Amino acid sequence: MTDLPEKTDRKMGLVIDLDTCVGCHACVISCKGWNTENYGAPLSDQNPYGADPSGTFLNRVHSYEVQPEQGAAQLIHFPKSCLHCEDAPCVTVCPTGASYKRVEDGIVLVNESDCIGCGLCAWSCPYGARELDLAEGVMKKCTLCVDRIYNDNLPEVDRVPSCVRTCPAGARHFGDLGDPGSAVSKLVAERGGMDLMPEMGTKPVNKYLPPRPKDRIDDQIDILAPLLAPVAEEPKGFIAWLDKALEKL
Amino acid sequence: MHPAPSVIIFTTLSGLGFGLLVFLGLGVPDVSGWVAFVFFAIAYGLAVGGLLASTFHLGHPERAWKAFSQWRTSWLSREGCTAVAALLVMGLYAIGPVFLGQRWGLLGWLGAALSLGTVFTTSMIYAQLRSIPRWNTWLTPVLFLSLSLAGGALLSGQISLALVLLTLAALVQLAWWKITDGALARSGTDLGTATGLGTRGAVRAFEPPHTGSNYLLREFVHVVGRKHAQKLRLIAFGLAFAVPLALLLLPFSHVFALLAVLSHVAGVVASRWLFFAQAEHVVGLYYGKR
Repeated sequence: MTDLPEKTDRKMGLVIDLDTCVGCHACVISCKGWNTENYGAPLSDQNPYGADPSGTFLNRVHSYEVQPEQGAAQLIHFPKSCLHCEDAPCVTVCPTGASYKRVEDGIVLVNESDCIGCGLCAWSCPYGARELDLAEGVMKKCTLCVDRIYNDNLPEVDRVPSCVRTCPAGARHFGDLGDPGSAVSKLVAERGGMDLMPEMGTKPVNKYLPPRPKDRIDDQIDILAPLLAPVAEEPKGFIAWLDKALEKL
Repeated sequence: MHPAPSVIIFTTLSGLGFGLLVFLGLGVPDVSGWVAFVFFAIAYGLAVGGLLASTFHLGHPERAWKAFSQWRTSWLSREGCTAVAALLVMGLYAIGPVFLGQRWGLLGWLGAALSLGTVFTTSMIYAQLRSIPRWNTWLTPVLFLSLSLAGGALLSGQISLALVLLTLAALVQLAWWKITDGALARSGTDLGTATGLGTRGAVRAFEPPHTGSNYLLREFVHVVGRKHAQKLRLIAFGLAFAVPLALLLLPFSHVFALLAVLSHVAGVVASRWLFFAQAEHVVGLYYGKR
């Protein structure tokens, strides 16, 4: 049944640091690489080498410009994938029971053999976290790399989602957000982690850490600037006479 | 939202078909024999045709039967269950007037209620979605129900009822357009809340995640035809309500009645196209497309 669990034992999720993300898209590529050849149907591309390529991705990086009332604008890279919401609308709308939220760790998954590809779960998701794969006709979404995080065949360091393992900037963190003592929960508390579209009532598990304020340029561009100021703005004496004489020539 | 022909055909035709079944279930018109057969055939053709059209947009239509299982949480599942129940009950009920010249009142009432319930569950598939503020209002079920009943009255040849119900549906349609036009702005969701960055300044989409298109943009960020929306609303309103009302007020003739039905259907199709094409899914905010 597509009832949501009353509560989950753990709330596994991601914490994404908008301060350190450099917008390199490495998480996008590693996500596609891992998930196209492991859990579930591959992530297909349509017309990949043609004029109008498109394809299924579980993670995409947007870039936004924030213009404060005063001061310089700030560019913020913004990776977005499934937020594994506690009150996930995509699960309850599913007519076949293919979508479900796991009681043990809160991960939202799709049972692809039950999915009819009606697309209603993608309609209900305000974040655009689900994409219908055009080749397979089933809904694809972030699994938090459920086939990595519990995988005893992998070295322990690799038992995190592919995007987290890959991020060269350390902008992605993985852990149990239901445990206030976990490293990710502490990070969220310390940095004021936020929800996306809290007004939608989805209660996302994934949190975003806001960018820190950048260094400000107040009045001086360079401490050497005063020493480099022009010595004589208006020429005087002989130079002034020369200037005028040359002007008249 | 992408106005997929399959969902437009589905909601329009099944709305009309179940609307007609409501009236047949109530015994209006009280017909029997071949006339009853033709009425039921039209109603079933529309209702079943619409339901079949809805399966065309599925990735795996062969698994559609699984959609009957999640009626506890899913409006789409409830719709499937209600539709099948309505068609079964009305099929049983139809045996009476068509073959036996009898009318089993209670069964008819039950079938009528289930038919109306099907239209309601269809409308709730859309009205439940908070991600599409324009649809997320109690007026959406009222709109679907009033259009279905008006169409049903028109198809069943109940002129005085159709005049009243068409006028009511016209008013609901106007109210729906008027009220839902500011729905996205009133929802409080904007790029600021979508990114959580709104408290820091004005947020602008600077770079999309990729240069090409994707499923989300194709499905949810339909902007073609928005500029003609007001003209299309006039056309939809004229065809769905004004023309049929005028034709019904003329002295009765079968040609006028047929024209009224065709005009109404064309108008509802136009209105339903706008229902999808004008609906703004909040995911468009992330792409700076709102």
